[in-house]
Amino acid sequence: MSRSPDGSPLERSQGRGSGLLCLCAALVLWLPSPSLAEEPKFGFGRLATPEEIAAWDTDVRPDGKGLPKGSGSVSFGQEVYDAKCASCHGTFGEDNQYMAIAGGVQPGDIDRGRASILATGQPLRTVGTKLNHVSTLWDYINRAMPFAQPKTLTPNEVYALTAYVLHLNDILPADATLDEKSILEVRMPNRNGFTTEHGFMSKAGKPDVKNAACMKDCVATVTIASELPESAQGMHGNLAEQVRSFAPTSGVKSGRAPAGASAAASPTSPGLDLAKKFACMACHGVDNKVVGPGFREIAARYKGSGGAEPQLLAKLKAGGAGVWGPVPMPPQAHVSEQDLKTILTWVLSGSPTR
Amino acid sequence: MAVTDAPEKGQSPQSSEATGSRGRIEPAAENFFTAAELSRRKFFGKALAAIGAAATAGAVTPSAAETARQAVQEGLEKNLPPNVPEWSKILGAPILAHPYGLPSPHEKNIVRRESPGLTRTPHSSVAFTPLQNLFGIITPSGLHFERHHAGTPEIDPHQHRLMINGLVKRPLLLTMEDVLRFPSVSRIHFIECGANSGMEWGNVAVPTVQYSHGMLSCSEWTGVPLSVLLQEAGYDAKRAKFILPEGSDGAGLTRTIPIELALDDVLVAYGQNGEMLRPENGYPLRLLVPGVQGVSSVKWLRRIEVGDQPWNTREESLHYVDLMPSGLHRQYTWIQEAKSVITSPSGGQRLLDKGYYEITGLAWSGRGKVKRVDVSTDGGRNWRTARLQEPVQTKALTRFRIDWRWDGSPALLQSRVMDETGYVQPKYNQLRAVRGEKSIYHNNSIQTWRVAESGEVSNVQVS
Ligand code: HEC
Ligand code: HEC
Repeated sequence: MSRSPDGSPLERSQGRGSGLLCLCAALVLWLPSPSLAEEPKFGFGRLATPEEIAAWDTDVRPDGKGLPKGSGSVSFGQEVYDAKCASCHGTFGEDNQYMAIAGGVQPGDIDRGRASILATGQPLRTVGTKLNHVSTLWDYINRAMPFAQPKTLTPNEVYALTAYVLHLNDILPADATLDEKSILEVRMPNRNGFTTEHGFMSKAGKPDVKNAACMKDCVATVTIASELPESAQGMHGNLAEQVRSFAPTSGVKSGRAPAGASAAASPTSPGLDLAKKFACMACHGVDNKVVGPGFREIAARYKGSGGAEPQLLAKLKAGGAGVWGPVPMPPQAHVSEQDLKTILTWVLSGSPTR
Repeated sequence: MAVTDAPEKGQSPQSSEATGSRGRIEPAAENFFTAAELSRRKFFGKALAAIGAAATAGAVTPSAAETARQAVQEGLEKNLPPNVPEWSKILGAPILAHPYGLPSPHEKNIVRRESPGLTRTPHSSVAFTPLQNLFGIITPSGLHFERHHAGTPEIDPHQHRLMINGLVKRPLLLTMEDVLRFPSVSRIHFIECGANSGMEWGNVAVPTVQYSHGMLSCSEWTGVPLSVLLQEAGYDAKRAKFILPEGSDGAGLTRTIPIELALDDVLVAYGQNGEMLRPENGYPLRLLVPGVQGVSSVKWLRRIEVGDQPWNTREESLHYVDLMPSGLHRQYTWIQEAKSVITSPSGGQRLLDKGYYEITGLAWSGRGKVKRVDVSTDGGRNWRTARLQEPVQTKALTRFRIDWRWDGSPALLQSRVMDETGYVQPKYNQLRAVRGEKSIYHNNSIQTWRVAESGEVSNVQVS
C-alpha cells in the first residue's frame, strides 16, 4: 500500500475494506436475496463526494444542464480573446493555421436554422456554420481552450468568449451579454442542420449503400478515375524507407524523407524534446515565427549579450508581451524550472535539432 | 488486361520457373540498390572474383560512394555461404541486455508515421500504423495508431481516479487498484478512427496503405465490462439512456454512447496485448467500444456519467459528423461498417519478379464477424474467394490470403469483404452516389492498387 503516496488513510480503508467488510461483501455475493441487489456487489472504491463530482462534472448539455452561474459580454469577450485566443485563431477567428472558428454564416441562415454554405461545393465548416447547440461551444472552450492552457478560464470569461465567438460569426450583436439563462435563447444558424436518420446508430441499423457480391464479368470496363496527383508525389518522403528491407516486394524510391520522420529515426536533442512536450512548438517554430518568434530568431537577438538566460527564464514564468510584438506569451507555469532552463539553453545555443 | 490466376493444381508455387530463369526485376536481398547500382555491383563482383580485391581497387578507382557500396556488398557476402557468419563464431548479447526488448535495428522502417500537412499541430494529430509490413491481426502496441487532441498526458496511475456519476444510486470514485480488482475479460478487437481513409473521399491523396488505412489497429484488450461497473454504481435502469465517457487529458474528450451499447460489449480497459496500455493508447485506463468509431473509445478515462439525453459534444457536432450533399450532417454515426484492404502488395511497393505472390490483407466489420473476402486482380471484373485465417472473431481484424501468379502485365488488385449480416463492402461510385464527396468519415470503399508492368504498385481509384 505504500506504493500509493496519495491515498488518504480514509480512502484506503474504504477502498480496500477491512477484514470484516470483506467478509460481508463475500456474504452478499453468495446471498441471492433480491433485497440485497440494492447493495453493491463488490464494494470496491468509495462514494464520490458532492464537491468532487461538482469539480469534475463540468459537461454542459443542449438543455443547459451543467451551466454554472455567470455572465460575460461581447466586449469583455473581445478583451479575453485578444489576449488568449487571437494568437492562434486570428483577430477575427478567421485564421485557419490552427482552426478557423468564424466565417461562412449567410444572411437568412439564422431564420432558416440551416447554414446554406454547407450545401455548396465549398462548404466552409466553422463553429458558425456547423454547430447546432451553443452549449457545445461553452463546454468546449471551458474544457479545452486555450489549447496549451486548458481549464484555466473562469465561468465569466467562458460566457464572454462564447458571446464574442458568436459575435465574430454574426450570430450576436456587439452589445450582447450571455449568462446561464440568456445563452439558451441563442438561435444557432445550423440548428436544423443535423439528422439521425441513418443506419449507423446500432448494429441492426440499415446500411445506406448497397453492393452485390458478384463474382464473374461484374463490370464491362474499368477506367482509372484518380491517381496520386503530381503535387502530392514525394510529399510522404522516400517510400523505399517505409517498408521492410526484405520482403516479397521492395519499396519505391521517391521524394525526400519528411522532416518529422527523419527526426524520429535519429536521436533528437533533449531541449527540442522538451519544447515539443510542453507545447512550446505550438507557438514557436525552430526557424520561423508561428505565434511567437522562431527559436533561432531569439538566439540571434540575444547572441553575445551574456546573462540573457535569467531574464528570459523570468519572462517564461511570468509571460508577457512587447519584445517581439503586441501578442503576449502566456505564463509557462506548467513547466518546471529545470526543464525551462534546459529548453532555454537549447534555444540560446541555436536550437540544434539533434 | 490479362487476368492472372492461382497456381495450377499440383504445381508448386515456388517452382524453379518462378525464381529462376524468368529474370528478376530486382533480387530480394539487395533491393535497396537501383537497377543501375545493381549492374555496377555485379561488375564489382565479377571483377573481384577475377582479379582480386587489391587489383580492383586500383583498376577501377571507385568513388567514395562506390567504395561505400562495395563495403556494404563485402559485408553482405562475408556472412554468406560458403563463409560462416560472424555471429556464429562469437557470443551474442547476454540476457537482460534489454530488460524491455525492442525490435531488431533492421526493423527501423516499420514505425508509425504522420501524413505531412494533415493536421496543424503535433499535439492534435495522427500517427498511422505501418500496415504494409505487419503479419496476422495483432498490432504491436508500439505501432498502434495514435490520435490525440491535446498530446499524450503523463499520468501517474496512483493519482488516477475513475468517477462514475449521474443517474446512479452510488456515485463512485475508483482507484486503479479498485478497477483491477473487478472480474475481468480479455477480447481481441480492432479500433478504427472514423476518419480512416478520409483523405481519399474525393480523390487519391496518399501513396501507401499506411496513410490510406493506417488509422486502424487491433489488440487484445483486457478490462472490466462496463456493465459490471454501471451495476456496481447502481445505474438507474429506467431513466438511463446514454453515458458520457470523459478523458483526463487537456482536451477532456467526451462522447455520447447509447446505454444499449454500453451494456453490451464495452470494456473499461487497462490491458493491451498482455501488458498495461501504452501512454499513447490511454494509460492507465481507457474505454473500448468495439465496432464503433475510435473516438468513442475515450483514452485516459477519468469519468463516466449516466444520463437521459445525448450531450452533443464537440466531437459529435463540430467533428465526426457526416456532411451529405443536401448540406445536412448525419449525427451520431457510431458503427464502422465492413471494410477490407490488401496490405501486400500495396501502394509504394514494387514486385520483385514475375511469378507467385501471396496477396494478403485485412478485413473487419463493426457489425460482427467477417464472413467472406473476395479478391480481384482485374479491377473488379472477376473475383475469387480468399482464405480467412481462423479463428475469425467478432469486431476484430481478420487476415485473408489468396495465391496469385503475376504474369508481368498490368493488374488492378482489389479486396471486397462481406460480413455476417450479408453486407458487402461498396465501391467508390456507390458511396459517392449516396453521400457525395465531402463526408470525411466512414469511407469504407473497396481499395484499388495498380500493378504496373515495371512491378510498381500505386494507389488508384477506378470507375
Ligand atoms: C496555441 C494555439 C491556440 C490558442 C491560444 C487557442 N486555440 Fe482554440 N484551437 C486550437 C487548436 C489546435 C484547435 C483544434 C484542437 C483539436 O484538433 O482538437 C482549437 C479549437 C478551437 C475551437 C473548436 C473549433 C472547431 O471547429 O472544432 C474553438 C471554439 C476554439 N479553439 C476557441 C478558442 C478560444 C475561445 C481560445 C481562447 C481562450 C482559444 N481557442 C485559444 C489552438 C488554439
Ligand atoms: C501561446 C503561444 C506561446 C507558447 C505556448 C509559448 N510561447 Fe514563447 N512566446 C510567445 C510570444 C507571442 C512571444 C513574444 C512575446 C513578446 O513579444 O514579448 C514569445 C516569446 C518567447 C521568448 C522570447 C522572450 C523575449 O522576451 O524575447 C522565448 C525564449 C520563448 N518565448 C520561449 C518559449 C518556451 C520555452 C515555451 C514553452 C515552454 C514557449 N515559449 C511557449 C508565444 C508562446
